[in-house]
Amino acid sequence: MKTHYKDYSNLENDTKCGGGNMLNDTGMVPITRVIEKMKLENLTPDVKLDDIALTMPDINRPAVQLTGFLQDFANERMQVIGNVEQSYLNSQPDGIERMKKFLNLKIPCVVYCRNIEVDQEIIDAATEAGVPLLRTPNTTSAFMAEIIKWLNVELAPTMTIHGVLVDVYGEGLLITGESGIGKSEAALELIKRGHRLVSDDVVEIRKVSDDTLIGTSPEMTRHFIELRGIGIIDVKTLYGIESVKNTQQIDLVINLEDWDRDKEYDRMGIEEHYVNYLGNKVVCHNIPIRPGRNLAIICETAAINCRQKKMGYNAALELYNRAIANINKGKEEA
Amino acid sequence: MVRKQMAIDITADLDRRPIAKLVQEASRYESSVCFEYKDKKVNAKSIMGMMTFISIMNRATAAKDKIDVIIDGKDEQQAMGAIEEFFA
Repeated sequence: MKTHYKDYSNLENDTKCGGGNMLNDTGMVPITRVIEKMKLENLTPDVKLDDIALTMPDINRPAVQLTGFLQDFANERMQVIGNVEQSYLNSQPDGIERMKKFLNLKIPCVVYCRNIEVDQEIIDAATEAGVPLLRTPNTTSAFMAEIIKWLNVELAPTMTIHGVLVDVYGEGLLITGESGIGKSEAALELIKRGHRLVSDDVVEIRKVSDDTLIGTSPEMTRHFIELRGIGIIDVKTLYGIESVKNTQQIDLVINLEDWDRDKEYDRMGIEEHYVNYLGNKVVCHNIPIRPGRNLAIICETAAINCRQKKMGYNAALELYNRAIANINKGKEEA
Repeated sequence: MVRKQMAIDITADLDRRPIAKLVQEASRYESSVCFEYKDKKVNAKSIMGMMTFISIMNRATAAKDKIDVIIDGKDEQQAMGAIEEFFA
């Protein structure tokens, strides 16, 4: 199968600003957000948390470091102490000293799992070192699985795209194209047909894994649509909660463009065309616009067709196979 | 492509001049018009984009921030002139 690429992976070096696509900084997660999200108990309320943030989605269980082996120590990660680490420290005569030393290794924070009791001496040392000690009632593995999953989403590379994101039959459809080509109108008609709006005009994309892109809207413009000639409309209040959604995986890109007589548009759909966002490729259809084309139905059809392909049936290939079979049959008879 | 840095208090200015006017002004040109602040870049022809842009600006501490205006296309010079005039 031939592939066609439109590459947005090197946007930083791209001098053109095209549709206003851009890379955002891959950020960090303030520790206060982590505490709030994971419902952690802060054992060191006197430590200033404002400047502390996590930059890595990985975590570290510091058992080896507590024995004194510090080679390759990933000290920028969150440090998680479970039963094993704690019983090791308890078994050592200088356990508290070891922990104090560990707290001075420029680590962002320490999380105790299973509501482990923490010695007051260690809490004081942590306060002095400016390292927050946090605690969760969860088991260590459960906590680790949860936090890694969440941090991976929070710290994922992101970019902003000029386009409209709609959930059509459960498929995330990203409609792109020049200003004024009719993206918002298409979205509105899709909403009226029972589909859900995620974002109009500005879509924030997050790469949560090598094959998953999640789209959402900036908080500012969430669930609003701008229609030329009418202005801003609030889809959530007009059409109800059933017509909106906050986040959606992006499965398919529909690029609207003015009909160009000389350009060849896809007639069979055997070849897949792709766009590249943040290094992930997404199937892309170029749809020419002409008066009288019903965009909403085209979008719906593209979405169901995409789903059917995912489920293992490709109509274009089927037609092709039928044609080939017929030809072969003709040959046999001759 | 032309890029110009403008020191404008976009939030205060846009209080007096509605943001829709700016979007309309940008939309009159064929070239792509983008506003960039720090590493955020938005399409100035989109009102939703500009609203998002303003919300980023508000979060910034300084009132006087430098904004990059990036215009690319056939009529980029005229468009840049119009944007400058808008903020004059």
